[in-house]
Amino acid sequence: MKKALMPLVMVVLLALVPYVAVQFAGLDFLFGVIVPYVAIVVFIGGFVYRVVDWARSPVPFRIPTTCGQEKSLDWIKQNRLESPSNFWQAAARVLSEVFFFRSLFRNTRAELHNGPKLAYGSSKWLWLAGLAFHWSMLVIVLRHYRFFIAKVPGFVQLMENVDGFLDVTLPALYLTDVVIVAAVTFLVVRRFQDAKVRLISLPADYFPLFMIFAIAVVGIFMRYITKVDVMSVKDLMINLVHFNLTLPEGIGALFYVHLFLVCVLAMYFPFSKLVHMGGIFMSPTRNLSNNSREKRHVNPWNPDIKIRTYAEYEDEFREKMKKANLPVEKK
Amino acid sequence: MPKFAPKLSELKKEFEEKPSLLKGDYPDKELFDTPVEFRDGNWCYPAKPEIVEDLGFANPRKWAPTDDDWKLPDGWEKTIKDGMKDRLERFRSFKLFLDTCVRCGACADKCHFFLGTGDPKNMPVARAELIRSVYRNDFPLAEKILKGFSGARKLTPEVIKEWHMYFHQCTECRRCSVFCPFGIDTAEITMMGRELLHLIGVNNNWILGPVSNCNRTGNHLGIEPHTFVQNVESLAEDIEDLTGVAIEPTFNRKGAEVLFITPSGDVFADPGVYTMMGYLLLFEHIGLDYTISTYASEGGNFGFFTSNEMAKKLNAKMYHEAKRLGVKWILGGECGHMWRVVHQYMDTMNGPADFLEQPVSPVTGTKFSNAASTKMVHIAEFTADLIKHGKLKLDPKRNNHLKTTFHDSCNIARGMGMLEEPRYILNNVCNTFHEMPENTIREQTFCCGSGSGINTEEYMDIRLRGGFPRANAVRHVKETHDVDSLVTICAIDRATLPALMNYWNPGVSVYGLHELVGNALVMEGENKRTEDLREDPMAGFEDEEDDED
Ligand code: HEM
Ligand code: SF4
Ligand code: SF4
Repeated sequence: MKKALMPLVMVVLLALVPYVAVQFAGLDFLFGVIVPYVAIVVFIGGFVYRVVDWARSPVPFRIPTTCGQEKSLDWIKQNRLESPSNFWQAAARVLSEVFFFRSLFRNTRAELHNGPKLAYGSSKWLWLAGLAFHWSMLVIVLRHYRFFIAKVPGFVQLMENVDGFLDVTLPALYLTDVVIVAAVTFLVVRRFQDAKVRLISLPADYFPLFMIFAIAVVGIFMRYITKVDVMSVKDLMINLVHFNLTLPEGIGALFYVHLFLVCVLAMYFPFSKLVHMGGIFMSPTRNLSNNSREKRHVNPWNPDIKIRTYAEYEDEFREKMKKANLPVEKK
Repeated sequence: MPKFAPKLSELKKEFEEKPSLLKGDYPDKELFDTPVEFRDGNWCYPAKPEIVEDLGFANPRKWAPTDDDWKLPDGWEKTIKDGMKDRLERFRSFKLFLDTCVRCGACADKCHFFLGTGDPKNMPVARAELIRSVYRNDFPLAEKILKGFSGARKLTPEVIKEWHMYFHQCTECRRCSVFCPFGIDTAEITMMGRELLHLIGVNNNWILGPVSNCNRTGNHLGIEPHTFVQNVESLAEDIEDLTGVAIEPTFNRKGAEVLFITPSGDVFADPGVYTMMGYLLLFEHIGLDYTISTYASEGGNFGFFTSNEMAKKLNAKMYHEAKRLGVKWILGGECGHMWRVVHQYMDTMNGPADFLEQPVSPVTGTKFSNAASTKMVHIAEFTADLIKHGKLKLDPKRNNHLKTTFHDSCNIARGMGMLEEPRYILNNVCNTFHEMPENTIREQTFCCGSGSGINTEEYMDIRLRGGFPRANAVRHVKETHDVDSLVTICAIDRATLPALMNYWNPGVSVYGLHELVGNALVMEGENKRTEDLREDPMAGFEDEEDDED
């Protein structure tokens, strides 16, 4: 619990800052214009820096983790996804991780029974919650696109219609809003409940979960309860996109809380574990094909190493070798 | 009972009664607040100073992990920090795996050492945190303001002790990386950790001894050429006594078509020698034009457990010798880490082997296109192809006295992906093969608990715990199918699993795959066989006189 307290306090403070600043100090411009620009620069710059930094370190060896039959004899069926032998198969493997969390799907839970006896049960909850969380986040982010352009494009409209098909509230209840709150809640509870995960959890693990939870909850509040003035928000965002630095009136402090938390999360992103989004694409145990005996993989820093040559070996053992009738190079 | 291990009853009691994270008990101390404790059975003897010196590693001295002062060299902190920086720049895997872990815990209960010890630091994610915590300390300012936020800590001698302990309680088996959603391979972290430890002279004699031997004599066991030859020849004599077939292997012979390389354990250690007899019978059976080298007389590579440079140095002998002898291609015997190196590293390190030819089976004509560049074929691929083409005369009934199961060696399964060939062979040479439970085989196989250079006697406590998940799966098929024979394709397995079985599953013996092939092969002009290669009686082949009695 102690490890969750610090991030909790941090998120509460971060939420209070813009509220107080806008409500009581009139700092709308700072939080509505300056902070978002800074955030976007830090986010993009930081993320690009991280990816370039990874890319600068070479991949000296071809080390896919093979999770299926390799390509070998013609009559033995290769597992193309888990033991890919060319670029396309490896790409499919990476995409199956990105879109479906394939490896996480394998998850099991080990239990120690008396005997002692180990049993491995299927354990797909993390996979399910993880997928629900990420997919709903993706849909929510894409849905926000409508705030940034005057005419809402067709695919966003379609997404909104599908997401809001339940139509039980006014405005229509988005399914993803419910899912993301539930999924994040599950992920937090899991960190407390599972002793193993609780032990390895750092404040830095609770922080993004609390941030995302707060962002989602504030957003839901604005949409369904306080009914923020969507048109002014849209004006602000379109202004920002066009580098028009005027602030529409009457947006309300709650919106600035939402926006500020998003900005902080974006700035935090490149310097935290959230870079896993880029990491998955570059992971050498997943994105390389298992063909290292077929095609030579080159290590750019392959060191020159002095080996003990056969000649040195023979020099040391020549007499013994001759006695054992072994052929020698030098008589 | 092994000297450096608890009694089975004590260990069972500990499993049942001691609270453990594995059973869901939250420890009273946080991860890094528990000090490491070296006691009998959980540390390997450090390398002898003369060996360290001879190999050019750092800080040769007399010391032991149980000492308070490990006599680290002056400025060791800087050595480690610089070493880390250097490796971050050379290995994308290292940098990426330190950066991307989300601590989801999917890997936590996948490691055999965690399952066998319940020690929190044996969760792969925690093992990586041992280094990650030091790596993160690059932002001391942020860490000062938000103390403990991202789990950074200072590099102290205590940290080094922890590294030494837990990077030797990782057998680089990669099971964790199968389950990690980002493919984070803790084996990579362990390899880097061990490289770093070597920079300041923190090491293990069971690894550096064989490395030094291999460098000088060509093999881990330090066997000199004449003795090596004698041993193989005495195995050939045993074969003749048993089967009446005379086999005369050649050594260091120029112009042979194939160079055969296998771990030296197959030549010298029980039960590996029976696997060697199987190879010899097989090659005789098909009339293979091959030779064995006394210089490249080691398939394994303990250098791989120290640093990639040392791995390269030892591995280089294979191509060096193949070139000198003018063979066409190389055939490799049964071994796990040998094949990790041959499959994923050799060509990169010591290739291109353009003086060799793409391997073609002289018996079936099959082109091994999957080895087109490395020019080295695995014996199981080779044999499976022979069987498929009907080129072997086999009598699987000759293995009827064994009830078998198959242990995938980690490196073959997760560092190569060879899963079907050994099973195909096994099914053709015996009638009694039963698989262990699905979460314990193929890509999910459990390590023997003693891989990566920790298979030493004084480490028995940890080895028996680490091997517990494997032993447990064997026990399952022992109870359900009366399995009594554990078949492997790895020399380290053959060396370590017998001790593990004696402890957890008495009555189960360990075999090499090609030993069973050797049992089943019907040789031309052979005597009537009544015993297998171990001179154990075969079932249903008793002497007729006996039957009449
Ligand atoms: C290519 C895109 C991404 C992929 C493939 C991906 C994949 C994953 C996976 C497999 C996990 C572990 C399982 C889980 O806890 O759900 C995870 C965790 C997490 N991801 Fe992502 N992710 C992506 C993008 C993002 C983004 C953009 C964010 C947020 C800004 C994010 C935030 C998180 C968080 C907070 C966790 C930890 C959950 C926990 O603590 O339990 N991810 N991600
Ligand atoms: S499974 Fe991967 S991401 Fe999850 S805790 Fe383990 S190493 Fe980290
Ligand atoms: S590589 Fe194997 S031994 Fe090492 S942490 Fe992973 S599962 Fe454990």
